[in-house]
Amino acid sequence: MSYKTDLPVMKPFKPREPEPLLGFRPWHIVVIALLVFFGPSLAFAQAGVPLLTPFAVLLDWVPLLLQGFIFNLAISFLAMALGTALGTLLGLGQISLSRATRGVSWFLTQFFRNAPWLVLLFFAMFLLPFEINLLGVSIPFPDWFKAILGLSLPVMANVSEIVRGAVRSLPSGQWEAAESLAYSRRQTLWLIILPQCVKRMLPPWMNLYSILTMATVLASIVGVSEVMTLTGQALAAEGGRPELLAPFYGFVLLLFFAYCYPIARFTVRLERKFAVIN
Amino acid sequence: MDVIFEWFRVLYDETGINLPFLYDAYDRNRMVDGFFTTIRLSLVCLFFSVLIGVVGAWLQGSSFKWTRRIVNGYIQLFRNTPPLVQLYFFYFAIGTMLPTVENDWGGQSPILGSFAWAAISLSFFAGAFNVEIFRSGIEAVPKSTVEAAEALGFSRLQIYRDVTLPLAFRVVLPALNNNLVNLVKTTTLAYAIAVPEMLYEANQIWSDNVNVTEMMIFLLLAYFVLVGILVGGMNRWERAMRIPGFG
Repeated sequence: MSYKTDLPVMKPFKPREPEPLLGFRPWHIVVIALLVFFGPSLAFAQAGVPLLTPFAVLLDWVPLLLQGFIFNLAISFLAMALGTALGTLLGLGQISLSRATRGVSWFLTQFFRNAPWLVLLFFAMFLLPFEINLLGVSIPFPDWFKAILGLSLPVMANVSEIVRGAVRSLPSGQWEAAESLAYSRRQTLWLIILPQCVKRMLPPWMNLYSILTMATVLASIVGVSEVMTLTGQALAAEGGRPELLAPFYGFVLLLFFAYCYPIARFTVRLERKFAVIN
Repeated sequence: MDVIFEWFRVLYDETGINLPFLYDAYDRNRMVDGFFTTIRLSLVCLFFSVLIGVVGAWLQGSSFKWTRRIVNGYIQLFRNTPPLVQLYFFYFAIGTMLPTVENDWGGQSPILGSFAWAAISLSFFAGAFNVEIFRSGIEAVPKSTVEAAEALGFSRLQIYRDVTLPLAFRVVLPALNNNLVNLVKTTTLAYAIAVPEMLYEANQIWSDNVNVTEMMIFLLLAYFVLVGILVGGMNRWERAMRIPGFG
């Protein structure tokens, strides 16, 4: 039990969310981004033969890169959906009454949480067949599908922990009250516990989604043609001019920042809204 | 030792389970090198990311508006972009702008190699998280404690070093450890710029021996054990460093 004192040894500690880009107006960011990404390339351009400026070259490739980025987002949606579905099952397994189910779910969760994302992605890429034969019909397993499976494994493990943590964070009085009202265990879980958990799970779940979106570029290492692969190909097609590297990679950084930063801000706001005040 | 190694060669001949990094001295050396590169990269990044965290948290308490703004901008930029793209940006975009030096064979090589860039990039990535962690820890130290230290004639730096940081360190340890474990997992990204760490060496071995399945399973288990040991050790450390009666 906490008690009040004027001189606490330490105040309560909770890792806080970073502040927004304090005082930056949107145009500040644009100017800084332009300076960072294009400033260095100007230095190269001065000595060069009259070629298209790096910015003009980038502009030519923007539609293709955007297509690649949308593919990234598609991968992230599907992997998140699959990972959430599997992870919820695994998380419920972790709080099951059966000892064996609990043990297996715990082990699977820990195993996939401790393995690096890239290794799991390699695992899915190389060990899954490129097609499977079901009743004489061969179903192809394209690269991107294997990437989704590979990325959904760590998502599954993390969602499992989120579910377990949320259920654990509810006061045990909820369970006891439901029991005294003669709810069965399944009813308690579905009608009383889980609806309250959704609110608690949402912020960490969104955090996880943002991490997953940033992890989709890993698929480029194993050869899925998403935005990073396309960037590499575009750079090669332009003859590998060194002054193009910064604008192109900078553009990809900017794309992800523009997508993930609002999600992060929204998560912080939700966390504040759902915070329980003791 | 050799008996055990030879047993794995027999295992390969008998069952087809090919683990060349055990019976073949060359592959064994590669794997061991890869393992130590992973450890070395992790330690270097760990050191610099904690350093960035401590310094960044101190700068965030600065009274200059622009210092705080720049630190905030750094945090947001590095938290919300993929670490792999950051790595590429550092290695390819910034790396090519730096001057080159003459290497032992008379050719030109970049002044910073792939290992150095991986260390820099991953340190900045993990450091962005550490700044916030340290800052919230510093804010958990009551003002009265700092005032007491001031009354005893400590300077600002001394207070930070001898009073605030040791107290803050203890409360932030769980969050910090979580981030550091993540950092160790993120070192696999260095594979993308050909740093010879564990994943890269395993890739080399399976390319030579065509034993993807065995190497993949070994790799998963290796990381599972490595990270598991790390988590276990960190948990013990957390328990030992806990402030009695707090939290």
